[in-house]
Amino acid sequence: MEFLIETILSGLMAGVMYSLVALGFVLIFKASGIFNFAQGVMCLFAALTFAGIMEKTGLPWPIAFVMTIGVMVFVAWAVERFVLRHLVNQEPIILFMVTIGLAYVLEGVGDILWGSDVKVLDIGLPSGASDYMLDNFNIYVEKLEVFAALIAAVLVGFLAIFFQKTRIGRALRAVADDHQAALSVGISLQTIWVIVWSVAGFVALVAGTLWGAKSGVQFSLSLIALKALPVLILGGFTSIPGAIVGGLIIGVGEKLAEIYVGPIVGGAIENWFAYMLALAFLLVRPQGLFGERIIERV
Amino acid sequence: MKLKHLTAGLAALAVAAPLAVTTAQAYELTIPSLVYRTGPYAPGGIPFANGYADYFKLLEQRDGGINGATINFVECETAYNTQQGVECYENTKGQGDSGALVYQPLSTGITYQLIPKASVDEIPLFTMGYGRTSAANGKVFPWIFNFPGTYWDAASGMVNYAAAIEGGEDQLKGKTIALVYHNSAYGKEPIRTLEELASKHGFKLELLPVDHPGQEQKATWLQIRRMQPDWVLMWGWGVMNQVAVKEASSIRFPMDRFIGNWWAGSEHDVTPAGEGANGYLSATFHAPGADFPLHQEILEKVYDANMGAGERERVGEVLYNRGLVAAVWTVEAIRKAMEIKGSNEITGKDVREGLEALNVTEERLGELGLPNFTYPVTMSCAVHSDPGTVLIQQWDAAAGTWRVVASGIEPDRSVIMPLIEEDSAAYAAENNITPRDCN
Repeated sequence: MEFLIETILSGLMAGVMYSLVALGFVLIFKASGIFNFAQGVMCLFAALTFAGIMEKTGLPWPIAFVMTIGVMVFVAWAVERFVLRHLVNQEPIILFMVTIGLAYVLEGVGDILWGSDVKVLDIGLPSGASDYMLDNFNIYVEKLEVFAALIAAVLVGFLAIFFQKTRIGRALRAVADDHQAALSVGISLQTIWVIVWSVAGFVALVAGTLWGAKSGVQFSLSLIALKALPVLILGGFTSIPGAIVGGLIIGVGEKLAEIYVGPIVGGAIENWFAYMLALAFLLVRPQGLFGERIIERV
Repeated sequence: MKLKHLTAGLAALAVAAPLAVTTAQAYELTIPSLVYRTGPYAPGGIPFANGYADYFKLLEQRDGGINGATINFVECETAYNTQQGVECYENTKGQGDSGALVYQPLSTGITYQLIPKASVDEIPLFTMGYGRTSAANGKVFPWIFNFPGTYWDAASGMVNYAAAIEGGEDQLKGKTIALVYHNSAYGKEPIRTLEELASKHGFKLELLPVDHPGQEQKATWLQIRRMQPDWVLMWGWGVMNQVAVKEASSIRFPMDRFIGNWWAGSEHDVTPAGEGANGYLSATFHAPGADFPLHQEILEKVYDANMGAGERERVGEVLYNRGLVAAVWTVEAIRKAMEIKGSNEITGKDVREGLEALNVTEERLGELGLPNFTYPVTMSCAVHSDPGTVLIQQWDAAAGTWRVVASGIEPDRSVIMPLIEEDSAAYAAENNITPRDCN
């Protein structure tokens, strides 16, 4: 029983880590209808920049963190100025393909600026197992993941208020529904896109930092996007609570599958099992758990 | 008339001048270097590539090349991608006077693609401690060399180290050894050997695959926490290594019972785990560090001249040294090929003969500036991987260095050789190869 609880807890915690990555996708999709293939690379780029600034300048981490936010805002501005501005009202598939190109550009720039070596992100984040849980309940819970869960809760609260209660948040949703209609009522598409890509850049920095603290900041960080995709399929591409709940379901589901089913079928099933789980949900709810059902009149 | 003669004279001069220059030029040896300085595996690829490049740069600086022939060192970026690796091979194989002399593919995937190509193009592959294990049988694989040891040697050496710590081979009976492995052809290589050893020594083998890239391994380490194995062996690469070391430390698994193979034991594999990685073990076949005359010479003649491939302070890292020793053995094979041919104008075919006649003794290692750095190697027509002897190194987190804690660990060749024979015979049958009759 202890082991089952431990597995479920670990799954929940891992799920939160996936949700953090998925949030970035949701933000951009919700506000611009673009599936941002570069979100994983943005996590990498943000974490690389954060670690790189500290390594090269020796600045304390809060200053480096703020500077990195500045860099991500600049990236957002550059994406809008040099890419998105020229593609208003284009087909979603074109915008998607543009983000594939963006992923390669960011990866290359990150490599040129900061190099390919593994960077240790030592900013005092909690690490290792919780001694309290291990000694008193013999249950293994990683402190970093508990911290990540708290951060995710704060982020979700902040984003929910931002989208529901602020003028900019409502404008973001209007842009997502229809670019031209939003323009016709005086919403500045350019400004909205810069804001949303900046917020997604900030979320990428948080996710990249937490994942980077786990394994060191290195180029494989960009592949964590693969962990976020089933979360998005399950939770819906437009729902922030969906990204969180989806992450938790995927996290627990894949851990239970790996531990209890894996040994029977040879193991290493958690990656594809997450997609299977998400696809099974799709059969019942094509828009995902919390996604918006889109009805188009023809 | 004079003008006609003058024109003819100038034309003749124009034709003859380049010829004269060509004949005066030294023979050029093309040494391709397939590297991965970009992509998710770059942290492992960069130091190896630097060590490999620096040795050839030293030879250029110090000796002007090898035995009077100049070096055409050609780096090609594979990003650890099989398709790009094959493209690099195709683009570089015909370069220069000699054509490519020998390839170090640096990837099991690329190696498998190049094995049939190299045989047709008559260019040897030196897959040092990786690739297809049964290529150790030179009778079936005349163009492939994987000395100084195979993955099966490493697996056996790691089990023998565990046995020595437990108090003897008989003490392994009833113990549990878990293998955490990259779920790929590379990661699966040691399984057959470990199964044979488990059956011979009576230990229980638990297999725990980790899917690429290995960024998330919670389920694997929860299982290890539940099964409480006596030893954990790891066949990992890239981020999988760093995450595994950190997870092992988190679940409080004793690090001095956790042994990575020789691709899971470099500085960047352990530094993200900080103090938690202290005591982690890994197999290797050469010493770590820069306290050797060759390293000092590289620092003086290459780095002081601002010609180093990497950062000065990283000379002597584990994977730097691996690239360095790969270059040293490659050059020794080239020298042997020149000796056999009696000329420095050699091709890949000659280098293959040089590799088969290779005999780098401890005395020769001393002359090269690497005393007590690695084991002597002796190749032959039949034996393309020898001696298979394993070192075990341990990470000292406080000092930030690896130190060798066990050396001279011999693999169990009574188990390995029949497996090599079986696998290479199957390959020969599949590919209609008649094994060479040689020793």
